[in-house]
Amino acid sequence: MELIVSGVKKNYDGALTVTQLLAVEKVATPEYVTVSINEELVDQAAFETHLLADGDQVEFLYFMGGGRG
Amino acid sequence: MSFTDEQLERYSRNIILKEVGGKGQKKLLNGRVLIIGAGGLGAPAAMYLAAAGVGHLGLADADRVDLSNLQRQIIHTTSDVGLPKVESARLTIKALNPDVTVQTLEGLVTAENVSSLIKDYDFIIDGTDNFPAKFLINDACVIEGKPFSHAGIIRFQGQLITYIPHQGPCYRCLFPAPPPPDAVPTCRQAGVIGAMAGVIGSLQAMEAVKYLCGIGKPLTGSLLTYDALSMEFRKIKVTKRATCPVCGDNPTIVQPIDYEAPSCDLKP
Repeated sequence: MELIVSGVKKNYDGALTVTQLLAVEKVATPEYVTVSINEELVDQAAFETHLLADGDQVEFLYFMGGGRG
Repeated sequence: MSFTDEQLERYSRNIILKEVGGKGQKKLLNGRVLIIGAGGLGAPAAMYLAAAGVGHLGLADADRVDLSNLQRQIIHTTSDVGLPKVESARLTIKALNPDVTVQTLEGLVTAENVSSLIKDYDFIIDGTDNFPAKFLINDACVIEGKPFSHAGIIRFQGQLITYIPHQGPCYRCLFPAPPPPDAVPTCRQAGVIGAMAGVIGSLQAMEAVKYLCGIGKPLTGSLLTYDALSMEFRKIKVTKRATCPVCGDNPTIVQPIDYEAPSCDLKP
């Protein structure tokens, strides 16, 4: 299966859920990451069941808090 | 309003731009921008807005200038250490451009004061460093119908998005709730390069200038991310979440909320 993850085309073996992709991509603190698939934001509750489809564009959005300090 | 000779000279590089002109410069001089957080992001944002001749700037911050701030917060200088940040920033702005009126709030922005604070401004810049403040500013701006620029920086990375009422997603569409205290590192814990604050804070100033002049296209509907090490800017398209608790179809948040500030943000 080919996915475009953070703008980069990558191949993966077999079907993957969002949760599995987060693990494969070694995303830090996956419980606080927002995921968009084909420009739609996915509800966190659906991460474990949402199966990615060939050609999906996946983006990870991370909390970034700094600025004032 | 007509320009003085001094203003014509001071703002000549703005006025010569066909997108700005005398009309745009007048909009800037009549413009009102509130900068919440006079630190890494707020420093360059406030300085560029003051230099551009944005006539009314509001500054809100509860902190005093610390020596460890000066690596990135270029609105403050060594002799300002110990001064309230809003006062130090006000002095720099007045020295830079006496055309600018500065209003300051030396204190925390809270659920109680945020709505009355933002009410008098055309555009708000979120230059805060913690999630309770970021969610507070987002919710208040959505509820009061105020445009604002969100930004965050950490290490060598930054992000930016603009919210315009009834256009595109708000910050809470992207992130439905703040992370628990200490779950996500802050600059104090993780570090940041000063120029990162300069890049992202300057982009926030640019968004405010565009909005006030009514030119170009605001950064709505896309999160701009910047990775300094790979020198990559990416625009990630994001759409409004129908289930967003503040700007969605059935909002459950109808007034600003004070989340507990993370303990790691307290002064040691």
